[in-house]
Amino acid sequence: MEQNPTYKLDLTSSPHVHSRWSAKNAMWLVVASLIPVIISAVIFFGIYQLVIIGTSVLFCMLTELAIKKIRKRKVTIDDGSAIITGLLLGLILPPNFSISATAIGAVFSIAIGKEVFGGLGYNIFNPALAGRAFLQAAFPVGMTTWHKPNFAVDTVSSATPLSAFKFDKVISDTASMFWGNIGGSIGETSALAILIGGLLLIIIGVVNWRIPSAMIVGMLVFASIFWFIDPVKYPNPLFQLLSGGFLFGTFFMATDWVTSPITKLGMLIYGFAISFLVVMIRIFGGLPEGVMYAILIMNALAPTINKLTQPKAFGVKV
Amino acid sequence: MKILHHSKTFAGGIHPSEQKELTEDKAFELMPAPKQIILPLNQHLGKFPKPLVKKGSEVKIGELIAEQDGFISSPIHSPVCGKVSKITVGANVSGFPKDEIIIDVSDSDESILMEPLDAVTITQEQIRERVKNAGVVGQGGAAFPTYVKLTPPEGKKIDVVILNGCECEPYLTRDYRFMIERTNDIIAGLKLIMKALGVEKGAIGIEDNKPLAIEKLKLAVKNNPDIQIVALKTKYPQGAEKMLIKAVTGKEVPPGKLPFDAGAAIQNIGTALAIYDAIVKGETQTTAALTVSGLGIKEQKNIIAKVGTPLMDVLEYCGGLTDEAVKVVVGGPMMGIAQYDFSAPIMKATSGILILTKNEINDHEETPCLRCGKCVDACPLNLIPTRLSRLTQMEKYDEAEKLNITLCMECGTCTYTCPANIPLVQWIRLGKKQVNVIQKARV
Repeated sequence: MEQNPTYKLDLTSSPHVHSRWSAKNAMWLVVASLIPVIISAVIFFGIYQLVIIGTSVLFCMLTELAIKKIRKRKVTIDDGSAIITGLLLGLILPPNFSISATAIGAVFSIAIGKEVFGGLGYNIFNPALAGRAFLQAAFPVGMTTWHKPNFAVDTVSSATPLSAFKFDKVISDTASMFWGNIGGSIGETSALAILIGGLLLIIIGVVNWRIPSAMIVGMLVFASIFWFIDPVKYPNPLFQLLSGGFLFGTFFMATDWVTSPITKLGMLIYGFAISFLVVMIRIFGGLPEGVMYAILIMNALAPTINKLTQPKAFGVKV
Repeated sequence: MKILHHSKTFAGGIHPSEQKELTEDKAFELMPAPKQIILPLNQHLGKFPKPLVKKGSEVKIGELIAEQDGFISSPIHSPVCGKVSKITVGANVSGFPKDEIIIDVSDSDESILMEPLDAVTITQEQIRERVKNAGVVGQGGAAFPTYVKLTPPEGKKIDVVILNGCECEPYLTRDYRFMIERTNDIIAGLKLIMKALGVEKGAIGIEDNKPLAIEKLKLAVKNNPDIQIVALKTKYPQGAEKMLIKAVTGKEVPPGKLPFDAGAAIQNIGTALAIYDAIVKGETQTTAALTVSGLGIKEQKNIIAKVGTPLMDVLEYCGGLTDEAVKVVVGGPMMGIAQYDFSAPIMKATSGILILTKNEINDHEETPCLRCGKCVDACPLNLIPTRLSRLTQMEKYDEAEKLNITLCMECGTCTYTCPANIPLVQWIRLGKKQVNVIQKARV
């Protein structure tokens, strides 16, 4: 027998092939899916919103860089996660929001929302929502000052549809809500743009269909119950679905991998529960909108949901 | 019994790049015998057979050189004519050196055949006896002595014999070539298995990415209503025993139980042919049919080689490695074993040799778990791979046991799909070993 020729061979154990998925490419796909939303923001609220979004992204990245350097950890800025947090935070702030406050919110998102827990993969709360919750508390006036969209047709448009309804019982025009020609956060008004990006994420497989589906079905169910009880006092389900940050939260916030459940049943329960909380906060709470708090509350419950929804293993009799 | 009343697949699974096109149109080539044949005694699962030859013994093709030792054991016959050069311990495709018989091959092709038996008049006992004496072992990977699987435990009612024609591992096209080149022999083999087990119904499950095989087999059983050709969704691991039974019959094999417990007996396509060859042609199992593929080898082929041919000779026969080759795997890319020593020989149950390039492996850096749930979604056994892997890392074996870690069949689906590139199944494999140790200590 001849001697073995010498090769440098990889000897790791099976499986020997891997999917094209990596944390990095999934993150960049999310960034790409936000492009329609960013375009809608520019169309309805003007080019200046890019400055807010840009500031948010920049400060998220700088914060992550600084913290990794201070903690002497590997700099993972190219994984795209800080960019996503920056984009998401920027898109859920009111149009023409203060640049300095945006930067503070971005620093909070990354530093307190993510890095104190150990960085990507370990955080309990969605970092962008954590940042927004902080800004809501720190800058209550700025965070509730809404600007008219560029093609505003009536006088109440400077309020959001939800506050217009809550305080004046005015139902906004459905078409405007679909296109995005209504008052609201920078990236939250255009249902169309959100659906394009959101469905794209589901089709490519970045986002599991279960959470968005459960949220939408849940919203229709819970909103319908109230609407049937009193159609004057409570808004109709379609209005609930299209208003506020619901759709944006459905596709881009609640579906955050790290902070949502991993079991199939858990994802459904989580989505359904978020919608329940949103309807409760909108109808009974002091605030017109409740998507942010609903998602943050359910973020905290995600580990418990995972524990309670262990799937039945194959072949095991119940 | 009603076969086929559920959707023809299982929940979960993945769609790795198939890569079958590299070899699916390549008919089997008969590879000439190498200069030296190495026959490890671990050709099958179970007890090693006892060598009957000594250094210097002259052997002929088909001659018994190691006899069965115990119930779960199988004999070994010489694939070549030649002289035993030594009995020693050497490199093995399992990764661990094993006892082996080395034969220097001579030019002669004198062979000893057993007496062919008539497939129509043969009795159950004769089938078992012949399959046992021919040293037939399962071709699906585990290499279980086949006659044992033709001897079901008392009191088990078997409804259907299912031939596994899924070949769900990427790259491999051996079973596909068998289905195309030896269609009728497969049906004859299936009938022999059905007869041995006293079962009326037969089925062949084939992934729907092999339309030609499905068509040919359907034509072959046109006048035989007892045998059904079942097209299954192309999805890894469709060919896993439990997944196949679920897809074909709708039944789930309970944890720790055998296919028999779900009323099914499973055999691989290659095994059915080996049974046919042993009975109708009187051949012993001394050749292995395998796919040699991957972008790291110059010529991808389907070959029939002598059992005991060193990997090195096979690689040479296929033109040698390209400069891009970084991994040599025996078996499929999902469950095969990486090789470090090309002097290890191919075995009775070797189904493929893959020579992979960096690009095919597509490994990337490991990051923390992102809790995306992709492994949970994909696990065909409904486990939570990320949790089991974490529990193993934390050495919390009691909790891992509660979460059914021992049910894992190590198909690798979780690791394949993980965006964080965590070696999930590798951790789980370790966890399973530990849990097994704990369970044994408890008894």
